[in-house]
Amino acid sequence: MRTNDILSAYRSRDIARRILQSIKKEAEKLSRPVKFMHVCGTHEDTVTRGGIRSLLPNNVSIVAGPGCPVCITPVEDIVKMMEIMRLAKESGEKITLTTFGDMYRIPTPRGSFADMRAQGHDVRIVYSIFDAYKISLKEKNLVVHFSPGFETTTAPTAGILESVENDGVENFKIYSVHRLTPPAVEALIKAGTSFDGLIDPGHVSTIIGVRGWEYITRKYGVPQVVAGFEPVDMLAAIYTLLKMINDGEVDIKNEYTRVVKYQGNTAAQEAIYKFFRVSDAKWRALGIIPNSGLELREKYNWIDIRSRYNPPTPSLPDLEKGCICGAVLRGYALPTECKLFGKVCTPETPVGPCMVSYEGTCHIFYKYGALI
Amino acid sequence: MCLAIPGKVVEIRGNTAIVDYNGIRKEARIDFVKDVRVGDYVIVHTGFAIEKIDEDEAIKSLKAWDEVLRDENE
Repeated sequence: MRTNDILSAYRSRDIARRILQSIKKEAEKLSRPVKFMHVCGTHEDTVTRGGIRSLLPNNVSIVAGPGCPVCITPVEDIVKMMEIMRLAKESGEKITLTTFGDMYRIPTPRGSFADMRAQGHDVRIVYSIFDAYKISLKEKNLVVHFSPGFETTTAPTAGILESVENDGVENFKIYSVHRLTPPAVEALIKAGTSFDGLIDPGHVSTIIGVRGWEYITRKYGVPQVVAGFEPVDMLAAIYTLLKMINDGEVDIKNEYTRVVKYQGNTAAQEAIYKFFRVSDAKWRALGIIPNSGLELREKYNWIDIRSRYNPPTPSLPDLEKGCICGAVLRGYALPTECKLFGKVCTPETPVGPCMVSYEGTCHIFYKYGALI
Repeated sequence: MCLAIPGKVVEIRGNTAIVDYNGIRKEARIDFVKDVRVGDYVIVHTGFAIEKIDEDEAIKSLKAWDEVLRDENE
């Protein structure tokens, strides 16, 4: 019961109103407008659902960065996975492909996993890689989990790989498209995206800790606040960033202390790096980002479906003409600036990946009818 | 993708727990929260508990905010 009480305090209208008053006072002291970036679809959901942008003073703006792992999963990897299924079928092996519900619908110039299912392939939506693993224990098919996600999702993947290794399960493979968040933020800064403060994703930070973000402040002088996902968490993070700017403080603070530790979840970190090594990796619409990908270590190559089937993949365009998902992911534009938004591009008929995933900024704007 | 929800651990069997989310009970792996006990609240992401919720810390943090806001808005 206590936790429910705590959560209701973080949703309290009274506390939110009081923080907003303080935000307004700090904003009056600013000598120039400021822009804060977050890199998390769930933060965008909190901001848009709560109408937080409309409540902020005019000189304080919030932009969304690349906080949607499904949105940035490369077209080439989705298409390669489809080719693997076709190749396996031709050679008489039955593959059961599992992935998350939003990944299932992500469009590419060669269709989606949903289209593969319509063509008769066995594609199943799972809530967790744990569910995918359970299918492999019950059925004889080769189960392949197409595995997107940032650090938060990579930890469960590593947990299941531990089971695969311990149980000696041979009919469970993965296709890792896992990505690391801080290198993407660093790449955006280097490429010229400018912001005055960063709101760090609470659940990525649960895994990597406050210490996983420290170098961004040290190297680039960007103030940061690790934030939770209730409206009060977001407002508190915005207030803390404003206060740091007005006080000339360049630091990283943790607002989500009820969950995030300085060192993060070290058991999860150890599991991740036991199975994965860091590599340069492509992000859809953002290009290659150094040290941002996770590939299975050579020792665990046997769990990578690409060690069994590795068909060539053609080079394909990331986005349809007119889709500005790339600019949205860089924090250059909000969805409402896109000519396709809400007209030809809707969650029912998505043109770009940012409209498909429930973590995509376009999807969230459409869902809550955000006007700013 | 990084959506994670809080729930209460009501049963533990090896590295799996039954977690109650306001009446809905589901299995979750607890590999990464080794010292978890029945009655603890955890944050669960895609079927894995990724951390325990520190209730004392939450109360402390709310109190600290209350003080900051009182000073600020006086």
